[in-house]
Amino acid sequence: MLSWVLITSLSEGLKKCNMNVRIKSNVAVSDSGFVFDPSTGDSYSVNPIGVEIIQLLKEKSSTDDVLKSILERYETDEKTIDKDLFEFIQLLLNLQLAEKV
Amino acid sequence: MKEQLTIAVSGLNNTDNPGPGIPVIRALRDWKGKDIRIIGISYDHLEPGLYMHDLVDKSYSVPYPSEGSDNLLLRLEYIHQQEKLDFIFPNFDAELFTFMKLAPKLEQMGIKTFLPTVDQFEERQKYRLSEFGEKYGLHVPLSVTVGSVSEVTAAMNQFDFPVVVKGKFYEAFIAYNIEQVYSYFNKLQSKWGLPIIFQQFVYGNEYNVTALGDGKGTTIGAVPMRKLFITDKGKAWAGITLDEPRLLEMTHKLIAANKWRGGMELELIKDKDGKLFIVEINPRFPAWVYLPVAAGQNMPAAAVQMAFGEDVKPFTTYDVGKMFVRYSFDNIVNLSDFQNISTTGEL
Repeated sequence: MLSWVLITSLSEGLKKCNMNVRIKSNVAVSDSGFVFDPSTGDSYSVNPIGVEIIQLLKEKSSTDDVLKSILERYETDEKTIDKDLFEFIQLLLNLQLAEKV
Repeated sequence: MKEQLTIAVSGLNNTDNPGPGIPVIRALRDWKGKDIRIIGISYDHLEPGLYMHDLVDKSYSVPYPSEGSDNLLLRLEYIHQQEKLDFIFPNFDAELFTFMKLAPKLEQMGIKTFLPTVDQFEERQKYRLSEFGEKYGLHVPLSVTVGSVSEVTAAMNQFDFPVVVKGKFYEAFIAYNIEQVYSYFNKLQSKWGLPIIFQQFVYGNEYNVTALGDGKGTTIGAVPMRKLFITDKGKAWAGITLDEPRLLEMTHKLIAANKWRGGMELELIKDKDGKLFIVEINPRFPAWVYLPVAAGQNMPAAAVQMAFGEDVKPFTTYDVGKMFVRYSFDNIVNLSDFQNISTTGEL
């Protein structure tokens, strides 16, 4: 049941979920993609698009704005970006690097 | 306070189960404007710190605390005659009680210490942790002290597996069934004696805090750390300073409540719901105390200053994300050094 809910949720994507999140203020991310959570000591590596999304999440108030920014910069369809962005944001939430607002 | 100080330091066992002596010495060496002479106090002729001549100026063997405080005092009197000690930094759990008892005599001799009171020391003992948590309103896992093997089964009825089986001073094992409980009980009893402590295992991440209390309820310094690499002895081989206000709040609350005097290390677990449990309170600086120094809080130096009656302002900041990574190093030693410490008790 849980996996069904998750699959449904993932297939819905960001826009349908109308989810706004922000990166926690003390989380540090470097240009090289090193992400450090100073409250737990955990660190992660993200690729350049991951850095871009995290930086956008730090600046933008809405995930819709983040989605639009990515769409403007990359040649791909909105549905794919919406789904991938939703998955990435879910990961950030699970790792407690981001929080819902 | 004099600009030149002679400070005796124990805990020179800079091994894979390191004592705090060498990091404390490094902290004292970093104390700006002070000319520090370090006298090593050693219980074993192969403590690596004995041979670190760039850090330790002179060393003396001392008798084990188990041989009685009178023997230790006699030896300290001799060392004091030779070196004119200003301060002693004991760093082993097992010797602290003896040094606390000797503190008034040492003070009369002109040697200062900065240690907790016997009451403070006793009430945070592993076997009194539940009582301690209740008294000060702090979360601690269920802990039961067992004084004989016949009490084990009855005590275990209060726990769910896994259970942490702890020795009186050192060592702990995680037991997943009653057979392991008995096995670890016997192992710890033969090594450290009774009592043995059973503690409910808490799933979660472990955090540590090095702190310094002024003895009046003020926290002079506190730096939280997360272990990044743990040895098979459970010791931190790498760690990083954290920005986690709740760890500091808990430290301040504890020190304000029991007016801790001296260095301490808190060991805490954060469970999946984010609840913090104190699992151990060590009554001295830990072996990673140089990390807080590098992060901006020289707590060993502050402890010496307070012992001399100086007004020390609490540290308010430290660098977050500062790391330490230990390494092992084969120090080449002349046989004459080993011969000297073995035969004359001096090096």
